[in-house]
Amino acid sequence: MADKEYDDIPGTFVFDADRSREGYNLNQFCISLRLQVNRDAFNADENAYLDAYPMTAEQREAVVKRDWNLLLELGGNIYYTAKFAANEGINFQNLAGKMTGMGVEAYREMMLNGGRPIDGNRTKSEWKED
Amino acid sequence: MARVTAGVGCSHVPAIGAAMDTGITQEPYWKPIFEGFKKSREWMKDQKPDVIFLVYNDHCTAFDASCIPTFALGCAAEFKPADEGWGPRPVPVVKNHQKLASHIAQSLILDEFDLTIMNEMEVDHGLTVPLSVMYGDVGQDEDWPALVIPLCVNVVQYPPPTGNRCYNLGKAVRRAIDTFDEDLNVMIFGTGGMSHQLQYKRAGLINKEWDTKFLDLMTKDPVAASQITHLEYLRETGSEGIEMVMWLIMRGALDEDVTEIYRHYHVPASNTAVGHIILENKV
Repeated sequence: MADKEYDDIPGTFVFDADRSREGYNLNQFCISLRLQVNRDAFNADENAYLDAYPMTAEQREAVVKRDWNLLLELGGNIYYTAKFAANEGINFQNLAGKMTGMGVEAYREMMLNGGRPIDGNRTKSEWKED
Repeated sequence: MARVTAGVGCSHVPAIGAAMDTGITQEPYWKPIFEGFKKSREWMKDQKPDVIFLVYNDHCTAFDASCIPTFALGCAAEFKPADEGWGPRPVPVVKNHQKLASHIAQSLILDEFDLTIMNEMEVDHGLTVPLSVMYGDVGQDEDWPALVIPLCVNVVQYPPPTGNRCYNLGKAVRRAIDTFDEDLNVMIFGTGGMSHQLQYKRAGLINKEWDTKFLDLMTKDPVAASQITHLEYLRETGSEGIEMVMWLIMRGALDEDVTEIYRHYHVPASNTAVGHIILENKV
């Protein structure tokens, strides 16, 4: 597949059609947790609940491990995974604290100080990533 | 005839709604955000719009990954606030001006904007938070002071419609409203943004300089704003900053020459730069 023009933005997944296709069952699982009746069923018997969503073994393991970054790497989208995180008692800001590896307190402090600056965060070369 | 009098640009951060719903707006973290809407609430009381055409994005609430319309117009009689995972917001049911909504749907489709028509739909924070910040607390058993026509835009799965397409859609919405034979004061809200990234290792990105330039262009040069590329939004304003294409629908529905009445900008609300602007058509 040809390189995509947005692939050199660091620390970012652009949720395009390819990712949407790859993550479809994972994302549909996550969004099902919007409803209390489904949260109750998931919380009561996680394995049985996950059997209804034919995701890959890798995706399922990322769900079981609550590996928030791996979920995104495997086609998850933040608006979907955030519903899963909410079921774990994690809000958007604290989820960001985890995904960035900064921790909740340091992340909150960065936001209070104006957020992550754009300078140095435009391209992968600035992050020394491929 | 119906007339478009003004446009409002406004972020729709869910935590802002939660702060109102839990009564913590006077806490130091939230106070400067809500202070910035004081003047806007007074202005809304003076203007008394009959109808608000409200452009927002659904956050996997009415639409999950199984169905992703690029533009979906709310034509139902009313729209209930949705349960987004923590119970519905304690705000009124949103009531439509159904006749105007169906007139707009018909006009837009004949104008070659092929919309999805929603005759049943729940609405999420993307729609209710802008109403809350602009009107203040409105009890669940009261009515919103205006009727609301929702327009959902896909900005979750890439690519959203281009800024240029949104700007031209705004112009078509204006043509539709201008030909509706009822004396109505109509406002357009464009919501979402400003710079923010919610996901992965670059989460927390804020670009105040870019946001300020965007607000300037909203007032002075909307055509230039309509030409901003998706790549620029993604890189410069964060992966979720691309929501700002929705402001261009609002801007397209206004005259080219507008008066900037007010603006407000604050960092942070949760992960996001809160931006707000009020633009009036010249009489």
